[in-house]
Order: sequence, then C-alpha cells, then structure tokens
Amino acid sequence: MAPEDIRQSPLKLTLRRLLHHRLFLLGLGLVSIVAIAALLAPWIAPVDPNKLAMRFKFRPPDGDFVFGTDNFGRSLWSRVIWGARLSMFIGSAVVLINAVCGTAIGAAAGYFRRLDNILMRFNDALMAFPAVLLAIGVTAVLGPSVNDVIIALGIVYTPRTARIVRSSVIVLREMEYVQAAVAAGAGHWRILRRHILPNAMAPLIVQLSFLFAYAVLTEATLSFLGVGAVPPTPTWGNIMAEGRQYMIDAPWIIAIPGIALMITVLGLNLLGDGLRDVLDPRLRIQS
Amino acid sequence: MIGIVVRRLGGALPIMLIVSLLTFGMIHLIPGDPAIAIAGLSATPEQIANIRHDLGLDQPILGQLWRWYANLAIGDLGRSLLLGQPVVHVMLQRLPVTLALSAYALILTLLVGLISGIAAALRQNTWVDQAAMVFAMLGISLPNFYLGLLMIILFAVDLRWLPTGGYIAFTTDPLGWLATSTMPAISQALLLAGLLARITRSTMLEVLRQDYIRTARAKGLPNRRVVLKHALANALIPITTVVGIIVSLLISGSVVTETLFSIPGVGQVLTQAVLNRDYPMVQGGLLVTTALLVLVNILVDVCYALLDPRVRYDGA
Amino acid sequence: MSLLEVRNLTTAFQTGRGEITAVEDVSFDLNEGEILGIVGESGSGKSVTALTIMGLLPRPPARVAGGSVHFAGENLTNLSDSRMQHIRGPGIAMVFQEPMTSLNPVFTIGDQIMETIAAHERLPQRALFARAVEMLEKVGIASAATRMADYPHQLSGGQRQRVMLAIALVCRPKLLIADEPTTALDVTIQAQILDLLLDLRDEFGMAIMLITHNMGVIAETADRVIVMYAGRIVEEAPVATLFDQPRHPYTRGLLECVPSLTTERDRLIAIPGTLPEPIRRPPGCRFAPRCRFAEPDCAAGIPPLTRLAPGHNAACIHMPEP
Repeated sequence: MAPEDIRQSPLKLTLRRLLHHRLFLLGLGLVSIVAIAALLAPWIAPVDPNKLAMRFKFRPPDGDFVFGTDNFGRSLWSRVIWGARLSMFIGSAVVLINAVCGTAIGAAAGYFRRLDNILMRFNDALMAFPAVLLAIGVTAVLGPSVNDVIIALGIVYTPRTARIVRSSVIVLREMEYVQAAVAAGAGHWRILRRHILPNAMAPLIVQLSFLFAYAVLTEATLSFLGVGAVPPTPTWGNIMAEGRQYMIDAPWIIAIPGIALMITVLGLNLLGDGLRDVLDPRLRIQS
Repeated sequence: MIGIVVRRLGGALPIMLIVSLLTFGMIHLIPGDPAIAIAGLSATPEQIANIRHDLGLDQPILGQLWRWYANLAIGDLGRSLLLGQPVVHVMLQRLPVTLALSAYALILTLLVGLISGIAAALRQNTWVDQAAMVFAMLGISLPNFYLGLLMIILFAVDLRWLPTGGYIAFTTDPLGWLATSTMPAISQALLLAGLLARITRSTMLEVLRQDYIRTARAKGLPNRRVVLKHALANALIPITTVVGIIVSLLISGSVVTETLFSIPGVGQVLTQAVLNRDYPMVQGGLLVTTALLVLVNILVDVCYALLDPRVRYDGA
Repeated sequence: MSLLEVRNLTTAFQTGRGEITAVEDVSFDLNEGEILGIVGESGSGKSVTALTIMGLLPRPPARVAGGSVHFAGENLTNLSDSRMQHIRGPGIAMVFQEPMTSLNPVFTIGDQIMETIAAHERLPQRALFARAVEMLEKVGIASAATRMADYPHQLSGGQRQRVMLAIALVCRPKLLIADEPTTALDVTIQAQILDLLLDLRDEFGMAIMLITHNMGVIAETADRVIVMYAGRIVEEAPVATLFDQPRHPYTRGLLECVPSLTTERDRLIAIPGTLPEPIRRPPGCRFAPRCRFAEPDCAAGIPPLTRLAPGHNAACIHMPEP
C-alpha cells in the first residue's frame, strides 16, 4: 500500500475501490434506473395501471403505448413501472427486516453462548424448509397481499442472514481487541456496538444485496403462481401470469416485465459481486 | 463413519421436531377462525362446524398436538380437503414424479455447472472464463418460469419439437418421459448451473492458489494430474455442500416448473393446496418435503466426510 | 561446467502499478555436492530466484526479463512445460517453508510419495511402495510402513517436513532447493532437520541451495554464501570468509544483528529503516538509505560486484576496511 493510502480513511478507500470496479458500476447503474423509475412512477406513468380501456386491448408496443397494452387494454408501460415500484418496495422491506432481525438473532446467538444452541436449532429448522415452499406456506396462513408477502419472505430469509452474522460474531468475539475491552470492564452492549458489529458489517452488506435480488425473484415467482399480491395489483409476476394465456399472440405482455425483472436482478447481483470483491478479500472471486 | 451418520441423524431430530411443530402450528396461526378460512365465505354454519370437527379444531390445543404426533407415528397425515384422499397417498403418488424430474435436472446442473466452472477457473480471464461467467450471471438473474415460458414458445409452439406440457411416466414410455421432462429440467438446470459454475470457479481458484498445488507442480507432475487429481479432490469438498443447497432450490423450483408444465408432482399439488386452502395437504406436504430435504442434507454431510479425511478421522 | 549456472537472471512481475523486478542481474554457480546458502531479509528476492529456476512462477504476471539458467547444460528459461516437468523431481527438487500446508490434505502421505516416483519411473505398485517406505525411513520417520497410510493432518510439523524431504529426494535429484525449510518449525526440530539435510547430502551427494534469513543456519550448513538485498546480490563468499571478514555494510549489519551469548551488550543492534518497496527503489545502491557508510556518490549508480579475493565478491564502492 502506498503511503497516501494509509492516510485515507478505510471508508474512503473502500468507496474509491468500489467506484473503480466496473461491474459494480454497471450493477449500480442498472439498479438506479429501476429505482429512479420506481420513485418517479406517479410522474412518468400517470396513467392508472389498473385502468381498463378495452378499445385499446392487445396493442403491440408503438408510438402511443411504449410497452403496448394487455388483454384489458391496460397500459403495460404503467403496469411495469408501478410494478418496479412494488418490487423495490418489497425488496427494501425484506432487506430491512433481515438487517434488523437477522442481525439481532445472529449477534445474540454468536455472542451469548447459552442462547446459541436454542436459537440455531430454530434457525436451522426454518432453513430446512425449501424457500419457496415456506413462502407459499406462510401466505397460505396469512393470505395473499403485499404485506404478507413481505412477512413471508422475511421469515424465509432471516435465518440465512442470522447465520452469516453469527459466523462473523463468533470469530470477532475471540479477537484480542474484544478481549481487551472485556478486560477493561466494558459491558456487553458496548462491546457489541463498538467493536463487534461494525466489523461484522462487510459480509452482512454483501448478503443483503444478494438478498434484495432473491426477494425480488421470489416475489415474482409467488405472484406468478397466484399466491402473492392479488391481481389486479401490477407486480411483474402478476403481469406475466395474466399474460401467459396470450403469450403467442401478444408476447410482449410476458417479455417486457421479464426483461425488467432480469435487469433488476442482474443489477443487484452485480452490485453484490462488486461489494464482495471490495469489502471482503477472503470472499473475493479472483480477477 | 457410522459415528458421523448417527450423529447427524441425532442432530436432525430436534430440527424435525421443530419442523413438525411449525407445520402443526400453521393452521393455528391463521388470523381469524381457521375453519371459516377453509370453508370459505359462502359456507353455512353447518359446513363450518363440520370442518371444525373433521380437523379436530374443536379440541383443546394440547389434545390436537397429541393427536398430530400420534397420527404422525402411524403415518397418517390427514386427508386432503381438495382431493379427498389421504395426504400420504397423494404424496406417494407424486413424489416419484418430482424426484425423477429433480434427478434429471440435477444431473444436467452438475454436468454444466461443474464443467463450466472448472473450465473458467483453468482459463481465468480468457474468453472462456468471461463467457461462462456471463452466462452464469444471466442464469441466476432470471426466474425459472421465465426461461420455461421462453422455451415453451420456442420449442413447443414455434418448432413443435416438444409438447407444451403434461407428463408421461418413465415406466409407461421412457421416450415420452424424456420429451415431457426435458424442458422443465432444462429450465431448472440452467439457472442452478449458473450458481454452481460461479461457486465451482471461485473454489477452484482458491484451491489452485494453495501451497500443496505448488508442491505437486514442484514434483514434476503433469498439469492435468495436478488439476484433475490434486485440485479437484480438494475443491469438491466445499462444492458438495453447495449441492445440498442446490437440491433444496430444485425442490423449491419444482413448485413453479410443475405448475407451468402441468406436471403432477409435489410442487403442483402444494400450490393447488395453498390456493384452495387445503390446509391438511399443505401441512402434510411441507412436512414430508422438508423431512426429505433433511435426509438429503445428511447424505451430503456423509459425502463430505467421505471426501475429507480430516473430518473422517476427527469426526469434526 | 557447473551443475547450475545462473547468469544475469532478472525476473519481473506485472503489477497494478507497473512492472517490478523482484530479482535483478543475479549470477552464481553451484557445483555438484556443494551447499550454497542464500541469505537476505524477506522480500530480498531469494525465493523468487528459486521459483524462477524451478519454473514455478505463474507466467503472467511473472516473466524472465533477462539472463539464463543452465542446469546440467540445459537452458531452463526457455524450456517447454513438458520438458520442465521431467526435470522437476529427478533433476531439481524443492522443499518449501510451510510444512503444514505444503502437503495435500486429502491424500495419504504414501500416495503423495509414490505418485512422485510414478510420474518419472515406470515401476510396479509393490516397488513404488518399497521405495517410498525406504525413503521415509531414511528421513527418520519411525514405523514407516504403517505411516504410509496416514494423512498429513495426523503428522506433526517436523514429521511433515521430513515427508516433504522424502518426496523431494525420492527421485534422487542432483539439486535440492530448500526454501526456509526450518523457519516454521520449533528450534529443537530445526536442528534435527538440518542434521538430516546434511546426512542426506552425504548419502546421495546432491547439491543443495539453502535459502534462509537465519545466519546461524548458514554458519552450520553452507559451504558458500550469497547475500541478497532488494533483488540483487550484494556479497558472495565462502562461509568462513563471510563470517570472518564481511565486507558489504549490509552483511556486516546482518551479522551484528545476531545477539551473542559471549559478548557484553546493552542494546540489540538493528539495521535502521526497512527494505525499499520494489516500486520505489532508490537510484544507485539500494542499501544506501540505510547504510552508515554511505556517501553522496552511492546514489549515482548501482555498484558492480567487485572481486576482493578468489571466491569473494562484494557490491559496494565505499566498503569499510575489515
């Protein structure tokens, strides 16, 4: 490392390396496009996504309708943009739940040895269920709606996040500076907050960005199956489910939300890869 | 070796206990009255009462718990409300279908994923590596139903090479099974192969940097031996763990694939059960599938021990 | 003609910040049966020299930027991979510093020894086994025949290093390169391994290139010594001469660093400063910034190796008198 690197703070160094990582930037760009479209939905897609207009049904993408219309004459442009809004919302909510609950559970299990056994048993039990099956099981209990999908995905993915936080905490707990803090009389909360959690952030952040991708994908799968948000809510999965019957005559109904989904998830995966390369050298995929 | 198997089975017991508890508890977590939820909005009070009685929901909860485990012990998972058959019966009919399809998809996944991952690692930073990683990236970014739909449009509708859906059992007509299972298997495999390729590549690269690889080269071993024997033997260890995850994802993915291609497997029946509030089926199906996955993971652990002598001899 | 002739060898690495030379203009000879010690701090280029000779550096980013290596008359620097594979093992063998990680954890030590033989000689399984057991016994592993089925993790560090020696010598190489073979081991085991090396040399007659940063090891084992600093050779001499009359300031510094049980001293002597980074080496003599005898003209150009006596050369233009 050159002397000037040592003078810069680790955060600045990390940011600088991120900004030089081409694939990360590509991912960031893709996700930003989707996120901005989602944020600006009320302005760039003012037409009500659920507004029926039978006289315009089955229009292929053309001058009037950029993405065409579906079987009810609804503007696909509107539906897909508002779908982006929903996907971003659901993804963010799931990530938030994971960040909070996963960290709490993982840190508790990793730090307090007596809690570890019992917490991890529950954790592993939840992880034993195949992800999508557990998700549809939860929606069977709670009913289909956007909020319930969020809860379902939260339940499905939190155990995985908890495991990752736990691994970090277990390693960090044995570090000498932590033992020094304990010897100096620091309390548990202080140790966790100042010494352990900040250093456990790196793998957590990487996991959360991949998690966003899984959440968006799984939500699409759930709505495609009909167990997610109820139609006519314009999630991408719903649009594709409804468009399935017309896929021969009006393929754009499935194609366009599919491409939007792919761009979003691809962007998130690239983001995750880039973060992993920069933040955690041990996990680095050699380049 | 036996010690490891026994220990894993023992470790699985508390997990299965919690899993069975959770599946039991599902019905009781439904907001509101489960009997009403099942019967539907247009049911008469009589029908609701019947359902409540059939499912034993009018008993005290501990009694229900006891009945649940007692039935489990004799292999009774209740009766599907939708299909009118015992859940066990339904599962026995449909499991072989899902398992056959998953096996097909798994073989494809392993072949494509391992080979492309190893090739990418050996030809790091060349076009082979970059092409493989681009495909892998796309693979993990697409939902498998999207790929399935695209394949249906291309192969079934346009080219008419394969049927759009349906299922022919292997025992009835092997070629027919192949025809109906290929698209579903590929739509699952392509995506999981992407995941496997990425992990295989990074594992191989990690292994190839190890000191013992340098020693192998210093001994004058030909490069092929260094890679295929020394590197691969070590790389397969963490990769085996991934295979366990892949099997879980296969079962997860079967939910969509079977629905899309109209294949009468476990995934399809579970989706139908959820849509129609057939709770006994959901409970029983979840329980059986999860139990199966736990067994698969134990198998994976055993393979892990077979591959890594350090685990075998220390029993870690 | 010597067994090993290294002439003006320069090895360069392509890094993110440009190309650096890890080894520059290094020349030396090694004769049959001779033990040559190569001394220097970490980062001085000793290991890279050895790896270049063995051809074990990954070709991008490393490359031989100049010079040549001749082994038994053959030029190793532009040899094909398959020809080089034939030389490694029966011609030149190498043992490394980290016995804990240098053996493949998933194969038995017997397998790893036998495959070395099998790669170079056609022998039936029984003969392979016998040769391997014989070698294990020679390196001092007790109950060799039963240990053949052991895995590396079942052996101690000292035992693993013995196994490494067995693997290296089982094809009777003419030259053994030992890169810090005892650094990772306990002091008592160090002595055993060094004795073993000398015994094996006496029995098999191979030449040894011993790389270390430990002057004590050199004093015990080497016939001749090369001192390297920042990728270049700064002094070479027969071992007795080096210890009696070190001429290069760096060599003198190294010898002064070793604490002595016999001399009275209040403080440990250290060479001030650190090795310069390969990317920002000083112009002229690379040791000058840390040298207490440095003059302004030391920065003018790299000092050439000047001959002080037969077999004794040093690269310094302001050498203090002995």
